[in-house]
Amino acid sequence: MLEITTNHYLVVSLILFTIGIAGVMVRRNMIVVLMSIELILNAVNLNLIAFSYQLADLTGQIFAIFTIAVAAGEAAVGLGILLAFFRLRQTARLDSAMELEG
Amino acid sequence: MEFLAAHGGAILFYLFAALAVGGALLVITLRNPMYCAFALLLTFLAVAALFLLRQAEFVGVVQIFVYGGGIMVLFLFVVMLVNLHNLPDARRFLGQSPLAVAVALMLLGLFGALFIGTHFAPSPENLDLLRTVDGVVVGNTEAVAMSLYRDYLLPFEIASVFLLVAMIGAVVLGRRQ
Repeated sequence: MLEITTNHYLVVSLILFTIGIAGVMVRRNMIVVLMSIELILNAVNLNLIAFSYQLADLTGQIFAIFTIAVAAGEAAVGLGILLAFFRLRQTARLDSAMELEG
Repeated sequence: MEFLAAHGGAILFYLFAALAVGGALLVITLRNPMYCAFALLLTFLAVAALFLLRQAEFVGVVQIFVYGGGIMVLFLFVVMLVNLHNLPDARRFLGQSPLAVAVALMLLGLFGALFIGTHFAPSPENLDLLRTVDGVVVGNTEAVAMSLYRDYLLPFEIASVFLLVAMIGAVVLGRRQ
């Protein structure tokens, strides 16, 4: 219990990941959906760092840095799309983007 | 005091894990997106502390800089730009919420059973490989730098081009027609 193992990190990361997935599917506000995607990426980074420690290998940390770079690009482009959508529709609600619904 | 000295790492782990999970729950439940952004900041900082507890000093600091600094400012700006006109009585959740939560809980149960049932080898005693350059123990930041600029130079350059493309894309998307 007091010895922190890789399993502890995996469980925390899984909880964060699940909360992120739930946030993407549940929320109506597009900004919060993008925040939930950041939560998912953070959970993945936590896994990478935990295994880097478990295996005493630096590769996991390098991979986490690249994930952070991709997350930064994703946030910039996602928020740009959100602003363009907001300019078009004057709203940031997910259920107001229904053009592709059959 | 002896208890603290012996189990400080575990206590810190549980503290920051609870902060991270609590912040994440607040992100997806709070009504005001501005408060969601601050809860997200709490989660980012707690995750950075968890990185530090796993000997990843450089990644922990990068997490604070990039997430806590850059991405958070981006989110706050967009919240301020976008959210002024949202009606205060707008519903927070979509109609598919119960089903979505059920699916997420099933995912949690499935992977939770898998993770708790898996036994890993004990963590290695000698973690100097995380801070070694050419056989000399220097520090985590130096080791990451050498690995990044020597073994992973091409991915590093590709990442810089990727960020340039993302920046141009964001500017083009944000431009007024």
